[in-house]
Amino acid sequence: MTRRFLNNRSLSLLVILTLFVIMFGYGSFAYTGFFSLQNFLNLFIDNAYLLILAVGMTFVIISGGIDLSVGSMLGLGTMLAASLLEKQHLNPLLVILIVVGFGTLLGFFMGCLIQIFDLPPFIITLAGLYLARGLCYIVSIDTIGITNKFFMTAAQARIKITGDTFVSPSAVIALVVVAVGAYVLRFTRFGRTIYAIGGNEQSALLMGLPVARTKIAIYALSGFCSGLAGVVFTFYTLSGYALDGKGMELDAIATVVIGGTLLTGGAGSILGTVFGVLVYGTIQVLIVFQGTLNSWWTRIAIGFLVFLFCFLQRLFEARKGVTVAHSFSQEPAAIAGGG
Amino acid sequence: MPGEAPVLEMRKISKVFPGVRALSGVDFRLFRGEVHAVMGQNGAGKSTLVKVLTGVHEHDAGEILLEGKPIRPDSPFAAQKLGISTVYQEVNLCPNLSVAENMFIGRQPMRFGSIHWKEMNRRAEEALRRLNIVIDVTQVLSSYSIAIQQMVAIARVLDVSSKILILDEPTSSLDETEVERLFGLIRTLRDRGLAILFITHFLDQTYRISDRITVLKDGLFCGEYETAELPKLELIAKMLGKELSEFSYATEQAGKKKEAAAAGAEAPVLRVRQLGLRGSIAPFDLDLSKGEILGLAGLLGSGRTEMAKLIFGIDSANQGDIEVQGKKASIGSPRAAMMAGMGFCSEDRKNEGVLGELTVRENIILALQARMGGLKFIPLKKQLEIADKLINSLKIKTPSAENAALQLSGGNLQKVMLARWLATHPAILILDEPTRGIDVGAKVEIMELILNLSRQGMGVIFISSEFEEVVRCSDRVAVLKDHAKVGELSGPEVDENNIMRTIAEGR
Amino acid sequence: MPSARSLSRSRLIWPLIALGCLLLFNVFFTPNFFHIEVKEGHLYGNLIDIIKNAAPIMLLAIGLTLVIATKGIDISVGSVVAISAGTVAILLGGDLGGVPRFPVALALIGAVLASTAAGVWNGILVSRIGLQPIIATLILFVAGRGIAMVLTNAMVIWIYVKPFAIFGQGYWLGLPFSIYMVAGLLLLTWLVTRRTAIGLFIESVGINPTAARFSGISAKNILLGVYVFSGFCAGLSGLVVCSTVMSADGNNAGNLYELDAILAVVLGGTSLNGGKFYLLGSMIGALIIQTLTTTIYAFNVAPEISQVVKAFVVYGVSLLQSERFRRRIAGMFVRERAPA
Repeated sequence: MTRRFLNNRSLSLLVILTLFVIMFGYGSFAYTGFFSLQNFLNLFIDNAYLLILAVGMTFVIISGGIDLSVGSMLGLGTMLAASLLEKQHLNPLLVILIVVGFGTLLGFFMGCLIQIFDLPPFIITLAGLYLARGLCYIVSIDTIGITNKFFMTAAQARIKITGDTFVSPSAVIALVVVAVGAYVLRFTRFGRTIYAIGGNEQSALLMGLPVARTKIAIYALSGFCSGLAGVVFTFYTLSGYALDGKGMELDAIATVVIGGTLLTGGAGSILGTVFGVLVYGTIQVLIVFQGTLNSWWTRIAIGFLVFLFCFLQRLFEARKGVTVAHSFSQEPAAIAGGG
Repeated sequence: MPGEAPVLEMRKISKVFPGVRALSGVDFRLFRGEVHAVMGQNGAGKSTLVKVLTGVHEHDAGEILLEGKPIRPDSPFAAQKLGISTVYQEVNLCPNLSVAENMFIGRQPMRFGSIHWKEMNRRAEEALRRLNIVIDVTQVLSSYSIAIQQMVAIARVLDVSSKILILDEPTSSLDETEVERLFGLIRTLRDRGLAILFITHFLDQTYRISDRITVLKDGLFCGEYETAELPKLELIAKMLGKELSEFSYATEQAGKKKEAAAAGAEAPVLRVRQLGLRGSIAPFDLDLSKGEILGLAGLLGSGRTEMAKLIFGIDSANQGDIEVQGKKASIGSPRAAMMAGMGFCSEDRKNEGVLGELTVRENIILALQARMGGLKFIPLKKQLEIADKLINSLKIKTPSAENAALQLSGGNLQKVMLARWLATHPAILILDEPTRGIDVGAKVEIMELILNLSRQGMGVIFISSEFEEVVRCSDRVAVLKDHAKVGELSGPEVDENNIMRTIAEGR
Repeated sequence: MPSARSLSRSRLIWPLIALGCLLLFNVFFTPNFFHIEVKEGHLYGNLIDIIKNAAPIMLLAIGLTLVIATKGIDISVGSVVAISAGTVAILLGGDLGGVPRFPVALALIGAVLASTAAGVWNGILVSRIGLQPIIATLILFVAGRGIAMVLTNAMVIWIYVKPFAIFGQGYWLGLPFSIYMVAGLLLLTWLVTRRTAIGLFIESVGINPTAARFSGISAKNILLGVYVFSGFCAGLSGLVVCSTVMSADGNNAGNLYELDAILAVVLGGTSLNGGKFYLLGSMIGALIIQTLTTTIYAFNVAPEISQVVKAFVVYGVSLLQSERFRRRIAGMFVRERAPA
C-alpha cells in the first residue's frame, strides 16, 4: 500500500505543496505584511511569464526532451513585439499573432531537426538559444519602449477579485494556459502519447502511437509558449530589450523539476509545475523581504533545490534497479529475441 | 486438433539474408486451441520465422495461409490487423502509465472530445477479469511484477485482435510461481480456442505447457511432434542434429589429457561455493584446478553466460564465496576479477568486447594497461612487441597492428579479445562462446590454443553451444539447464550423450 | 606508429581547411587583415587579436574535449568561469592602491581551487550518483552564476593589482601571455593523455563503457577525472577573462562561453558521441570561431550576427555527424534497394 502511494504522482505533488506551504508560512511568521491574499496573487502576477514558459517546458520534459532556448525565445518575442508595435505600427492583436506564430515556427524547426535526424535535444535547443538571442540583437540593440495603447492598457489593468485584491491580465492569461495545458495532458490522446513517449519511446512506437508527429509538436508547443510568454512579459515591462529572458530557461526547467516532473521523462503534472513556480516566486519575495540578501541567492537556492530533487529522483530509480547509463533517447528494445 | 484445418499454415518458407540462409523451406502449422512450441538452437531460425510471420521481414519463397487465405504482412501493424498478436520478452509497454492506459493508449474511449477515464478503467478491468486477472487497473504498470506486466501485455494485444498469439520467450524473467500463473492464463486462452505459438528455450516448460513441438535446425524444418510422444532426450538430439546412438570421438590429445587430469590432483585455482544471483542463476559450486579445462555445457539460455559473468564480477552475486588461487576474493567488479588473476572473453564481441574505433594494438594491450594502472604507460615499443607477438602466435589477420579493430572479421575479432586477456597472463581464463560465428579453420586454431594454454598451467572455463567442442577440449564438464547447474561429468564420463542425458533428466 | 599519427593528422584536415577558407576570405575582402606590426614592444594586428581573444575559449575547450570524449557534456563551464573570476577578484580585493588583500599567488590558487571544486561536484554527480551529464552540469549552470553573483555581491569588482594584468593583457616575447597559458595547458594535457594510458582509457569509456569496464578499466574514476579537469580549465579561463578587463562581473563573465567551447570541440573533429578526441583540433575549432567573429566584426556587421551564424554552424555540424542525415543524403545520390 505504501509502495503504491510512493509511486504515485501524489507524493511528489505533496512534497512541492508542503515546500510551498512551509516557505509561505515561514515568510508569514518572519515578516509582517507577508501573509496576505494580494501577496499570494502577486506570485501569479509577477511570474505569469515564467508560468507560461514552465507549462511549455513541462510538456517537453515529460516527453523526455529538453528545451534550452525558451529564455532567448521570450526575449525575441519581446523584441519582435516592441519593434512591430513601435517601428511598424502594426495592429496590436496582429503583433501578438505574429510573435506567437514565429515562436511556434522556430520551435517546429527545432523539433524537426531533433526528431527527423535524431539529433540530441540539448544541442539543438542550445544552438536555438544562440539563434534567438542573435536575432534579438538583429531586431534592435537598444531597448524599445512600448507606447501602444492596447499594450499599455493590458499592462496597467487590474481585475478585481475581492474588495482590494486584484490580478493582472497576464496572470489570467497564464492561468488559462495552465488550465489548457493541464487538460491537454490529462484528457487528450496527444497528451497521453507524450507520457508514453517519455516512459518508453520504443514501446510507444511499437504500440502504434504517432511518436514522430507528437515529438515535433511538443517543441512547436514550447515555441508557442515562449512567444506567448514574451508577449506577457512586455505587458510587464512595456518594452523590448535584447537581454530579456536571459537565463529564464533554467528557471523554467528548475520550476518544472521541483514541481515533480522527472527529467528522465514519463512523469509530471502541470499542477506540480504551478507549485514549482509558486515556490520560485516565494523564494524571491522572501529575499526581498529579508532585505539584505543578494537577489542572486534565488539562483543558488533554485540550483540547490534542483540538485536535491534530481538526487532524490535518482535514489528512487536506483531502488527500482534502473542502471546508471542512459541518455535522453531510450534504447531500442529488441524486436524478437532468441536464435 | 486432428481433422480440423490449421488456422495458420506456413509452407516451404525461405528467407535469405546476405551471406546466410535463415530459413530454407520451413513448414509450420498452428491449430486453434493449442499451444505449439518452436524449438531450436542458435541460428535455427526461430526468431526469423516469427519475424516473417509478424511482418518484420518478408519471406522470399513459400506462402503463409491464415484461415486458408494467403497473407503477406509487411509490417507489425499489418500483422496485428490480420489478427496475429505478439508479446515479446521485454514487455513493450510504458512502465509509467497505468495498467488501463497501457491497454487502451491510442484508442482510449472518448466522451465529449475528452478521454473518458472511468470508461477506460472499467473496460480494462473487464478485459483482465475475463482472463482471470483481478488487479487495480489505475495503478502504474511498474508497480506490478514483470509477470503481471506480461499478462497485461497479453491482455492488450488480445483486446485488439485475437486469432493467433505469439509469445516470444515470455518466461525468461519470471520465477516459478509467476511462470505457473502465466501458464494458467495460457491454458485458459487455449481452452477458449486461441492458437498460441510459444517460443522458449526452457526445456521443462515446453513439456509442461505445449501440446505440440516443431523443431528447427540451421534454418531447416526437422519435424513436428506431439509433445506427449516426444521423449526429452530425443528432442535434445533433434535440436542438436544428432542421432542418439552416435558417439563422438575425442582427439588423442584430449584423451590423454583426460587421463592425466583424472590421475593427478592439481592445486585448485578457483573455488566457488554457493554463488548465486536471484533471477539470474541458482546457487552453484564450481572447482577449477591449475591447467584444467572446465567446460560449461547446456542448451541456449541455460544460464552459462550468467554463471560466467557472476564469477568475473560483471554481475554482483547476492550470495556465495569465491576463492582464487587459495585466497578468498571479493569479486565486485571486472577490475577486481582481473586483479585477482582472471580474464573474460564475452560472447557478445561487438558490444561487450572489442572497441571498434581503437586500433588492434590498443585493443590488445587494454586490459594489461588497465591492470598496470593508467599512469604506468607501457612504452609504445613494448606495446608493439606484445601486440606483434600475440598477432603472430594467434595468427590474427590484420594488415597492421595500427588498423582500426572494426575492420577485422569475426574470427579475428575473437582472437584480438583472446590476445587482450592473454597479455595479462591470467591464472584463470573464462571463454564464452569463443568459436561462435567463426570459420572452421579458425575454430580449430582456437581450440588448439585453448588446449595449449591449459598445458601451460592456465585454468580455463570454456563455454560453447557445440557439445562436440566442449567434449573435445574439456577435462570436466558442468552441465547447466534452465539457469541452474544440474550435473557434473569428469574424465571418461565426458561425452555428448551423457551431457544430453544430464540435461534431460535434470535435477 | 606513423600510421596512427597520420590518421589523426588526416582528421585535422577538415578543420584546417575550414580555418584556411576563412583566412583566405579575409585575404580578399578584409583590408590589412594579415598586417602585423610591432607596437609597444609586442606584435600587433588582427591575427594577434584572434589568438588573444580565443584564449579563454581554448582553455575551456581543452577540458571540454576530454569530457565530450567520454560521451558527456559540461554546460557549467561558463558559470564556473564566473566563479573563478569572482573568487580571484575578492581575494585580490579592489584596493585602489593596488595592494592585494591576499598574496597574488594565493588568490590565483584560491580561484583555481574553487573552480576545480565545482568540477569535483559535477564529477561526483555523474560518476557516483549517476545523473546524466546534461542534468548534472545544468545545476551549476543555474546555481553557478548565482554563486558568482553572491561572491561579488552583485557588483563589478575592479582590480588594481598590477601584476595580475599579465594573464589577460600581458605579452611575453612579443606574443600574448594567455597564449602561453594555452600552450602550457595543452602540453600538460597532451602529456597526461598521450604519454600515459589515461587518454586511451578516456577514449575507451567514450566508445563503449561496458567493454571498457569489462577490460578492467575503472570507468567511474575516469569520468570523475574529466569533469574535475574541466573545472580546473574553467578556473584558468576565468583568470584570463578577469585579467583582460581587470574586473569580475559575475553576471557577464563567461557568458555563453559553453556553446562556443562545445562548438570548438565539435568543429575540431571530436564527436559528441564520444571516443577518439583531438586536442589540436579543438584549438583549431576555437580559432575558427574567433576568426569568424573577428571577420564579422571587421565588416562592421553587428557582432550579434555571429551568434546566429554560430547557431547555424552547430546545426550544420550536428547534421553532418548524424547518421540518419548522411544516409538520406547518400540515398539521394545512390539508388538504394530496400533492405531484405
